[in-house]
Amino acid sequence: MPGPDGSILEQWRQRLRAAAAARTPLRLKGAGTKDFYGERLAGEVLELHGWRGVVSYDPSELVITARCGTPLSQIEAELAERGQFLAFEPPAFDADPTLGGVIAAGLSGPRRPYAGAARDFVLGTRLLAADGEALRFGGEVIKNVAGFDVSRLLCGSLGILGIITEVSLKVLPRPRVEETLRLELSAAAAVESFNRWAARPLPLSGAAWWQGAAMVRLSGAPAAVGAAREQIGGETMDAAAAQQWWQALRHCRLPPFACQVLWRLSVPPAAAPLPLPGSPLIDWGGALRWYADLPAQLAVRDIAVAASGTALCWHGAAVPRFHPLSPAVARLHQRLKERFDPHGIFNPGRLSAAL
Amino acid sequence: MPGSDIAAALAATLPPDCVLARPEERRPYECDALTAFRELPAVVVLPRTEEEVQRVLITCSRLGVPLVARGSGTGLSGGATPHPQGVLLSCARMNRVLAIDPRSRCARLQPGVPNLKISEAAAPHGLYYAPDPSSQVACSIGGNVAENSGGVHCLKYGLTVHNVLGVDGFTVAGERIELGGGGGTLDSPGLDLLALAIGSEGLLMIVTAVTVKLIPRPPCAQLVVASFPTLHSAADAVAAVIAAGIIPAALEMMDRKATAAVEPFVHAGYDLEAAAILLVESDGTRAEVDEQIGEIERVLRNCGASSLRIAATEAERLRLWSGRKNAFPAAGRLSPDYYCMDGTIPRKHVGRVLEAIGEMESRYGLPCFNVFHAGDGNLHPVIMFDSNAPGAWERADRFGAEILELCIEVGGTITGEHGVGVEKIGGMCVQFSPAERAAFAAVKEAFDPAGLLNPGKLIPTLARCAEYGKMHVRGGALPHAELPRF
Repeated sequence: MPGPDGSILEQWRQRLRAAAAARTPLRLKGAGTKDFYGERLAGEVLELHGWRGVVSYDPSELVITARCGTPLSQIEAELAERGQFLAFEPPAFDADPTLGGVIAAGLSGPRRPYAGAARDFVLGTRLLAADGEALRFGGEVIKNVAGFDVSRLLCGSLGILGIITEVSLKVLPRPRVEETLRLELSAAAAVESFNRWAARPLPLSGAAWWQGAAMVRLSGAPAAVGAAREQIGGETMDAAAAQQWWQALRHCRLPPFACQVLWRLSVPPAAAPLPLPGSPLIDWGGALRWYADLPAQLAVRDIAVAASGTALCWHGAAVPRFHPLSPAVARLHQRLKERFDPHGIFNPGRLSAAL
Repeated sequence: MPGSDIAAALAATLPPDCVLARPEERRPYECDALTAFRELPAVVVLPRTEEEVQRVLITCSRLGVPLVARGSGTGLSGGATPHPQGVLLSCARMNRVLAIDPRSRCARLQPGVPNLKISEAAAPHGLYYAPDPSSQVACSIGGNVAENSGGVHCLKYGLTVHNVLGVDGFTVAGERIELGGGGGTLDSPGLDLLALAIGSEGLLMIVTAVTVKLIPRPPCAQLVVASFPTLHSAADAVAAVIAAGIIPAALEMMDRKATAAVEPFVHAGYDLEAAAILLVESDGTRAEVDEQIGEIERVLRNCGASSLRIAATEAERLRLWSGRKNAFPAAGRLSPDYYCMDGTIPRKHVGRVLEAIGEMESRYGLPCFNVFHAGDGNLHPVIMFDSNAPGAWERADRFGAEILELCIEVGGTITGEHGVGVEKIGGMCVQFSPAERAAFAAVKEAFDPAGLLNPGKLIPTLARCAEYGKMHVRGGALPHAELPRF
């Protein structure tokens, strides 16, 4: 690639070759906002924030393409100028992650059940592979079934398959109006209501419960939002306060996220209340349940499995932190890792101790 | 290995009526809907249960015999074209809806369930399965998963990959795997192997159960049909609708040749003077639809629509759609053979590419009409030819390849929703570099080291690309000369 920026990719390429030759693992790092996430951090740090900038953005195509080091705030600001947004609402925590980090982690915010997950919006990626080859998968069009969907495989891969250098994302027009209803409900009643409402044609864009109150966000055309308000009831929240609340949920800033021990259970949305102590924070219309300060001896994973779900130790000492894979699926991971990263240089141990 | 030996090995492990070995029994499976490519499979198996599928895989792995999975055989890229020395596994008997969960809004299905049956089964709960390929009466969910199928509502509701929560099945070695959230969960640990499996054209695993997302049926839908004096103005209107912040439920375009082809059969009342018409649909609550239709009308008028027609009744709306949906059958009435392409391009290039296709039409001496998913930039040029005329299929094939190369040139792709199969394997050589194709091969090896699942599809060999490159230079030469024709 020409120009001074191109030399960054060339430097990375040399670094990969050196790492492969010396069998020195690399720890890929964007803005470092998710260092807590994953099994462990290992290897020499390779900073990726320098390869930045929006490569193309044409609002009528509903696609933005940017380099991996581009700050999320910059992407969201450029989209907002044209009345568009990233509908999967990736968490930024307390800082400003890079696009590469957002996609490598593949995390999605409160809109996920209604708008889709990070991987649903990934249209294409460029990957700097282990041998230094620059590969491109997918593209900038919404429908594309040529070849395996490697772009979506990379989303959530935590950098174990190579360096994501560029990403093309589908973007959406910002909803015309947004409104939040607050209802005093028990956790069980909230989950029941969330799923009942989701089975009706209502413009839901968020449904969460915390400390005795259900928060229901509606987004869309004014007529649809107004009609939904009538059906759901509750109290309409002040717009600024509502915005602040959803931002805190999205960016993992509500009080449970400050706890030393925090479990994230992914379950079917209508799953009955889980037999765990304490009161959860419920997101994704019931499909995501966060439990803080659980005692170490509790078999959280068994409880998740009994509810047809999985459990991730977000904060805490559990090993492994991610829910274990079945042996056959773990073997497929192993074989993919060996083929994409034969020298084991990319983020070893981050997604699983074996990879 | 002779077919009779393969059949005997399978018969030893399956009920007798599951194994078809006689040529006349195997003949119906020799092609999918891409009938230009035919092979007689060595053996056909029709398992009823997961355990029987597992036994087929274990047997094929042990014998080193290729295995090709087939849903309903409606695929348009030859993804289910049999292997002459291999086993064809039909999912036709695995056609049960296993469960509908109206509370978590998901359905669990065997792979042979027809797409439309899912929505029929979910209808009592006010729910449906959104992806609706034109062949939805027949095409199976297993085939949809293999091809990552689309339909007319992808812009708003997504493709198969956006609507499938999980798949269960077996690796080539017969190991059971569950990918994604079979119980209706919205994420799962590890790499997103579900995304890899969807659209993998039967090269990575055999799927025996699919969990799909169900969504509420919108209570109301309304359709606007707009006429445009030029292809360019119609294409610009497509971009303008999106730029105005509108995501219609469907946004389809038909050019004048397409409306002329269908009107005598459907009597939809299309404007036959228009260079192109757009069909723009809005769905949702009544108030929502009324509001959006008003906005759509305003944008279309500003873009120079020469006339606008809003379906006055539900019957009229369905009639206007039936013209769109019957475009391909209409081609069948106009011409002995037709060849439907499937490239996707950035919307901004639609006008330019349609004009280029018009120019190719005269150069190849074959008529071509365009009826397609304009909102997605997903073109479906329909090339009409007579396979009995000497050289006609070769010209049609070359015409199609040139369209796809143009799609790549403007930043698009050789297939938006029909898959690569055997049909577009040459195009893969143009769209992807050798290193990218090696990455696809690496994925394949990770799942199927011996290369037994659907060999020869999706990923071209180096030799195939070298051959394609040579033909590409010569132009007009016959691709895939080793493959039988008609």
